[in-house]
Amino acid sequence: MRKGGAWWAWLTFAIGATYFLVPLIATLEFSMRQRNNPVFSLFGQGYSFGVFNNVFGDPRFQQTFTYSVLAAIFTILLGVLIVVPTAYWVRLRMPYLRPVIEFVTLLPLVIPAIVIVFGYIRMYGSNSMLPFLGTTGGTNVLLVIGYAVLSLPYMYRAVDTGLRTVDVPTLTEAAQILGAGWTTIIARVILPNVLIAVLSGAFLTFAIVIGEFTMASLLNRPAFGPYMQNLGANRAYEPAALAIIAFALTWGCMAMIQFLSRYAPRSANRPN
Amino acid sequence: MAAPFLSIQHVKKSFGDNTVVQDFNLDVEPGEFVSFLGPSGCGKTTVLRMVAGFEEPTAGKIFIAGKDVTNLKPNQRNIGMVFQAYALFPNLTVAQNIAFGLKVAGASKADQDKRVAEMLNIIKLPQLGDRYPYQLSGGQQQRVALARALAPSPKLLLLDEPLSALDAKVRVSLRDEIRSIQKRLGITTIFVTHDQEEALSISDRIVVMYGGVAEQVATPFEIYNRPSTKFVANFVGTLNVLEGTVVDPALGKVRVNNDEIAVKHSLNGAKRGDAVSLALRPEAMALGDYSGHDTELHGKITDVHFLGSVIRVRVNLGAETIALDTFNNSRTPPPTIGDSTKVTFASNDVLVLH
Ligand SMILES: Nc1ncnc2c1ncn2[C@@H]1O[C@H](COP(=O)(O)OP(=O)(O)OP(=O)(O)O)[C@@H](O)[C@H]1O
Ligand SMILES: [Mg+2]
Repeated sequence: MRKGGAWWAWLTFAIGATYFLVPLIATLEFSMRQRNNPVFSLFGQGYSFGVFNNVFGDPRFQQTFTYSVLAAIFTILLGVLIVVPTAYWVRLRMPYLRPVIEFVTLLPLVIPAIVIVFGYIRMYGSNSMLPFLGTTGGTNVLLVIGYAVLSLPYMYRAVDTGLRTVDVPTLTEAAQILGAGWTTIIARVILPNVLIAVLSGAFLTFAIVIGEFTMASLLNRPAFGPYMQNLGANRAYEPAALAIIAFALTWGCMAMIQFLSRYAPRSANRPN
Repeated sequence: MAAPFLSIQHVKKSFGDNTVVQDFNLDVEPGEFVSFLGPSGCGKTTVLRMVAGFEEPTAGKIFIAGKDVTNLKPNQRNIGMVFQAYALFPNLTVAQNIAFGLKVAGASKADQDKRVAEMLNIIKLPQLGDRYPYQLSGGQQQRVALARALAPSPKLLLLDEPLSALDAKVRVSLRDEIRSIQKRLGITTIFVTHDQEEALSISDRIVVMYGGVAEQVATPFEIYNRPSTKFVANFVGTLNVLEGTVVDPALGKVRVNNDEIAVKHSLNGAKRGDAVSLALRPEAMALGDYSGHDTELHGKITDVHFLGSVIRVRVNLGAETIALDTFNNSRTPPPTIGDSTKVTFASNDVLVLH
């Protein structure tokens, strides 16, 4: 690479990093400010980790966080069950449908979540044909379905890209002639070969679900998003600490995706 | 004759209004090794895929061991298959790949392990059970694919150009190995190839295909020495075609340039003055007199190619140039370009093309 090119690259990187990091550092700094019994001090300002204790110690934090983690896990399971067979079947038998499916999976990016959730409320109210909203359990199910819709673009892309690295038709036929049925083929041949892709889709889904506010709030479920919003409206330091925690979680997910992608199975299906 | 193990009857296959296989008939005996040989796009893979169950015949029936399997799914046919593109499962080790069919069939872990060890010995890779496909060479991968296909003890083995992705040396050694394993297990086998040498060297019988039609079904010896159609004669081996004119149909006399040949095979009802195509293999001819050769043509040497054990000589006979092979002999110098020569052969070796 040319010297000038490297210099520009570093400058761009530095500007970008500043743009992301300064607000984060400022938020962290703010959340840790403490007048009474500070743990350490910098430039005459006392700091402590007390606010994080407050946040983690709050039972509502624990409840809502657990709720959202569970919702995320179910969303991922539902997403995998829908997306893997669909993407597989489209690649195997209906490649001409790929543009259509891709367009459909991108819709949740275009349609705001609030529109979707209002649609749900109208469609599945307690006196409708499918009264999901009549019971708490039903509402939970509907929330997971809604989350699955929101994560569809990420899940589908990840799985479809994963499928591109394996010779789907030949592997399918090889499994079929050995006596395998569709369930065996998907579970033992297709899924393991796109597992890394599925996992990266799963972590994106996790990050989305943990921070999601609109759907949970309008369906009135005790999720982490509404809790964060509620806290932000009523407290000074805790929301800043929560923001840092949420960032750490999201970045943790991203790091996991990066880490896992190194272990993507090497394909040996193409003749040398 | 024993009942055929595999019977393909009047099978036809069309994709839309494009018919790629027409009225295909074949009976394969138990334990027989049959090759499908033909140029690219002639329908070899399509017939094989119909036997495997991946394509449904547009018309006709397929029987395996007397049972009509025409509409049976591939996973119910108990067939082993090896693909051109290896098609090993990349997420599974060699041993797990080989065990796949057994596991699907519900064999116990002990039985699986025993059979996997057995198969690894058969393909002479006993140490590689724990490797992943990407850690193997192409030849090794194809051996594993063969072991995987044979592990559940299928009654029929289908191979679709299993060697074409390999380099020349591996190709020859693996093809001989496939043949010896096939003989040892006595498994009925169909082998698809577009390489005539491959087909000639390992088959019990060859089906030469062209344009979706089986042109000739016969032993390699017959295919080579008694090709029944012009296509087969041209496709299998090198062939010299001589255009001649019938002089005397009763005696089989045909004039070629300034010489006359007494053809022993039927002229297919050609009359005096009709044009006929005669054909001769390069190795059936000699320069000069040779024991058993009763016919001669005259021409000029235009080209001499030294190929090692044989020397291929081109001789111009006037209208056409023919190629013939003479054995290399260190005591006689090779022929000289430009010399006039006599080409001799046995009239019995002259083929009449249809
Ligand atoms: N699924 C399909 N849809 C439409 N046409 C097809 C399909 N499969 C094969 N064909 C056509 O059928 C013909 C025969 O194909 P096939 O694959 O059987 O040839 P082949 O003899 O195996 O050739 P090769 O030596 O190149 O493998 C070809 O013209 C091909 O284009
Ligand atoms: Mg083919």
